[in-house]
Amino acid sequence: MQKYILNRLLQGIVLLFIVALIVFALSRATGNPAELLVPDDATEDEIQFIEHQLGLDRPYHVQLFIFLSGAIKGDFGESIAYKQPALDLFFDRLPNTLKLMPLSMGIAVGIAIPLGVLSATRRGTWIDKLASSIGVFGVATPNFWLAIVGIYIFSVWLDLLPPGRMGGPSHYIMPAITLGTFSVAGMMRLIRSSMLEVLDTEYVKLARIKGLPEWKVFWKHSLRNALIPVLTLFGVFVGGFVTGAIVTETVFAWPGIGRLTIDAVAQRDYPLLQAVILLDAVIILSVNLVVDILYAYLNPRIRFD
Amino acid sequence: MAGDRANTKLPRLGLSKEQQGELAYELKHLPWIPLIIIGIMVFAAVFAPILAPYSPTKQTLRDKLLPPAWQEEGTSEHLLGTDILGRDILSRLIHGARVSLIVASTALLSGGVVGGALGVISGYVGGKVDTLIMRAVDATLAFPTILFALLLAVTMGQGLLTVVLAVTLILWARFARVTRGEVLALKTNDYIALATIHGCSSIRIMAIHIMPNVFNTFMVMLTLHVGLVILTEASLSFLGAGIPPPTPSWGQMVADGRAKVASAWWISIIPGVAITMVVIAFNVFGDWLRDRLDPKLRQL
Repeated sequence: MQKYILNRLLQGIVLLFIVALIVFALSRATGNPAELLVPDDATEDEIQFIEHQLGLDRPYHVQLFIFLSGAIKGDFGESIAYKQPALDLFFDRLPNTLKLMPLSMGIAVGIAIPLGVLSATRRGTWIDKLASSIGVFGVATPNFWLAIVGIYIFSVWLDLLPPGRMGGPSHYIMPAITLGTFSVAGMMRLIRSSMLEVLDTEYVKLARIKGLPEWKVFWKHSLRNALIPVLTLFGVFVGGFVTGAIVTETVFAWPGIGRLTIDAVAQRDYPLLQAVILLDAVIILSVNLVVDILYAYLNPRIRFD
Repeated sequence: MAGDRANTKLPRLGLSKEQQGELAYELKHLPWIPLIIIGIMVFAAVFAPILAPYSPTKQTLRDKLLPPAWQEEGTSEHLLGTDILGRDILSRLIHGARVSLIVASTALLSGGVVGGALGVISGYVGGKVDTLIMRAVDATLAFPTILFALLLAVTMGQGLLTVVLAVTLILWARFARVTRGEVLALKTNDYIALATIHGCSSIRIMAIHIMPNVFNTFMVMLTLHVGLVILTEASLSFLGAGIPPPTPSWGQMVADGRAKVASAWWISIIPGVAITMVVIAFNVFGDWLRDRLDPKLRQL
């Protein structure tokens, strides 16, 4: 078990290093960051001065070393737009995004699990059809647009919910639903197909033979096993959550890390954007590591492999 | 009689009665609604300059924020209304179809070819190369690649090339994984062994004996991902990292109307309906094509 954890940890660090490499390569190979910082009418000398200040006139391997050693120490440089260390900005905003998380995860799971199970256990009935049309629309509808439709209906038309910004409990409802629905379609389809697989196994037949009521067979014996693939793909859902947060926070003017990301894009604040990407990667990889360990704990077959 | 004539005439086309029946069956079971939606979109995209009543970028501030024709204050001169700058929404929608299709086709081809090639290599060569590529695939699928797309938009500037690169970064992993699976199955065939014994190089085997056989899968994958690419482009444009304004893009149009939902809902709502309809149409058509050509892929 210890060896397994150590192995995973090392893999995570290697991946983080690769993400850092990609970020470094993308930002240097595709343009000159110095030109982003100076006004349009800057002279050649001024550009060179900024390049020197940022260390952009040094060889690439030296730059890479400075970039990586800074990142390890938590120094991601200073945001151009905010004139503050990028790390501080990130941790200022992170709590706001995390506040949305429990509610939206709850919504996603609360819709996906019942619908997924019901559509698998009652194949071909109206509920299966309802679930599959939710799936079709859920995959095809742009979430940013759905959020705007939500604002139109609930804020403008019915005047029930606030259209954005942070505030009291009512401010959480629409952003959480938007963020939650991001993963509903995928999660539901996954649960449906893995339930169908589980329902076909011997132990489910045995549970039925020994006379268990159907609801117990479905919701206790089958669902537990059907959730294993969902747990495996939890990492993918966390990645989707980050994407979802970017869109949701943009529409609802929510001051979290998603909004920070888009502000960095709009102001062409590349040091901030670099920092956000790397820190997002750290979070995603840590969550994945925890999930992997939990997974091995829950599923002995992996532990002893 | 009409029936008799049909019976006597059709055989000249070389169709037996059974074949006619088959043809009728096929025609009846084509996904007509999606095909019509896709047809309208392609038609609009190709003939955009002729079809659009106005220039998509022409601003007429006097006519700004006009509602669609069916609303009380709407005029028939602007069927779907105008936006904040007085640009005709119908014209922008029609030209936006063009932008969506150009982006979708170039980006899909680029992502598909890169992913497909890596998938073939991964599946055929195997070993360490396979492990490496598949690890990269897993990592890409778990990582919100939209972040790289945003970084590209900042460092390279917005534009078609940026969007194509961004979509390639997002798509390649999906293509690589499916192609690899397909190649693994193909590899066990006798004709591959025969080609190897014959002294064909690995490159020749991959190019001549494997690639043609994964082509069907590749086409199905392309169709299944048109919707995703259109959505990705719309999201990037919405976030200010896609095709730069004033070129009309559907995602950009939704973003334009965001601040005005309360007074002018049509600016955002209409392009969103267009995106949803087109993406559903492509997805349903892709599902149909997969079931026809490559039922193995059903678990996707």
